[in-house]
Amino acid sequence: MTQADPMIEVTNLDKFYGTFQALKNIDLTVHQGEKVVICGPSGSGKSTLIRCFNGLEWHNSGRLVIDGIEVYEGASDIRELRQEVGMVFQQFNLFPHLTVLENLMIGPMKVRKVPKAQAEETARNYLDRVHIPEQADKYPAQLSGGQQQRVAIARSLCMETRIMLFDEPTSALDPEMINEVLDVMVELAETGMTMVVVTHEMGFARKVADTMVFMEAGQIVEISPPEQFFTNPSSERCRLFLDQILAH
Amino acid sequence: MSDLGITRPRGQALPKPPFYKRFFGSVPVSVVIYAIIVGLIAYGAYTGAQGMGYNWQWYRVPQFLYRNTEVGFEWGEIPIGLVATVKLSVTAFLLATAIGLLVALLRLSGLVIGSAVAVGFLELIRNIPLLVLLYLFYYVLGPIFGFDRYTASILTLAVFHSALISEILRAGINAIPAGQWEAAKSIGMSPYQTYRYIILPQSVRFMLPPMTGEVVHLIKSSAIVSVIAVAELTTFGRNIISDTYMSFEIWFTIALVYLVVTLILSIGVSHLEKKYAVDQ
Repeated sequence: MTQADPMIEVTNLDKFYGTFQALKNIDLTVHQGEKVVICGPSGSGKSTLIRCFNGLEWHNSGRLVIDGIEVYEGASDIRELRQEVGMVFQQFNLFPHLTVLENLMIGPMKVRKVPKAQAEETARNYLDRVHIPEQADKYPAQLSGGQQQRVAIARSLCMETRIMLFDEPTSALDPEMINEVLDVMVELAETGMTMVVVTHEMGFARKVADTMVFMEAGQIVEISPPEQFFTNPSSERCRLFLDQILAH
Repeated sequence: MSDLGITRPRGQALPKPPFYKRFFGSVPVSVVIYAIIVGLIAYGAYTGAQGMGYNWQWYRVPQFLYRNTEVGFEWGEIPIGLVATVKLSVTAFLLATAIGLLVALLRLSGLVIGSAVAVGFLELIRNIPLLVLLYLFYYVLGPIFGFDRYTASILTLAVFHSALISEILRAGINAIPAGQWEAAKSIGMSPYQTYRYIILPQSVRFMLPPMTGEVVHLIKSSAIVSVIAVAELTTFGRNIISDTYMSFEIWFTIALVYLVVTLILSIGVSHLEKKYAVDQ
């Protein structure tokens, strides 16, 4: 991994909501093709951190460079950056007034100015990749949660993104639908996509992660490869957290 | 399973509601009460008119709806006035929607100046009576900027209703969850694209019912421009009356025309609403 180019470089990053410090002194480097899984208790700043990566939140100090683009509030190339960085949300956030196919086509057509025929071809291609080509003409509300989340993943991929961010992609799903989404994410990981995933799905993390990150109270407490992370974490707090979520 | 197939209520019957509730609640009694009240009002109006020696001349009304002359069929003053009212209302409504959208977007822009301007505009317009606003546009701004009475009345109606419309639009836009904004942002959409393709299309179904009410309100308040003698339905009514002195017949007719137009509009839009509801 050390030879690959850094895709995400976070240095000394701080983020405040009023007087509350949501992120404290974050340092993190993600290389091209690397899969990073971030976990930690709720309110620890995991989501806030990855939301900074595509400008849905703005950091207050420190440096954040993504794919060579410096990210800060008011950066003129932030929209170009967002086209490079896909985001999958906990609540899917599909566009309910558009069909599945239109959900996938609207970004490429309106933002990247791709011709309609080409956008549709790309969209159908990615619907195949997430295993729901037959749902193309339905509306999001007609799909199950797992199917909706796979459409959301395809929607991001249609923008030909270079980095994919996942913000608790399976937390809002019924248990029997979690695996169909994780399977798609594993397949995506195998294509060499750079991925940052906030999740508590430790089975997925073991299978896919190159790097595990544990956050608490706005700080990164532990960064380590998964073998070490799951067997011998260096911080007591991380060990406790893993015991709790792996207990059953 | 057959044990659960309950076909009639079991056990002791519940006590019936008291007699007077059943009596007044029944449909025939309600109809009779309604008929009596309407009849009393009509009778009161009729005897009042008789008492002042009013000379009903309904037979003279149709000539103001249409005429068959030697040169052929021609519309009377009332339909012509109705068309003028509709034209005036449609123009004013389109302009009001444009101003309203601008004000709503300013308010939602997050810019301190933007929302200050928007709130200032709203408070100013909402707290001036429509009639005074009309006088301001016609007697003050008209001469200053050199526009005629027709333009003044369109501007008055547009500005007055834009304040109310902007609040409807703002509520409709705010009804869309924040996740839709984030999703649109995350695929690189600009704020304009987000409004155009994601937010506004979804807001329509929230906006449609109150917007209909607003159109009806606008058509009705367009009657006020008759005070500066702009040619429209109410003005034509006044003109007919000053020629014929048939105030009762003409005002009843004019009121009925407004009623029919706004009812048709409301029914049409409720069909539209059902269509949007199905699409979601």
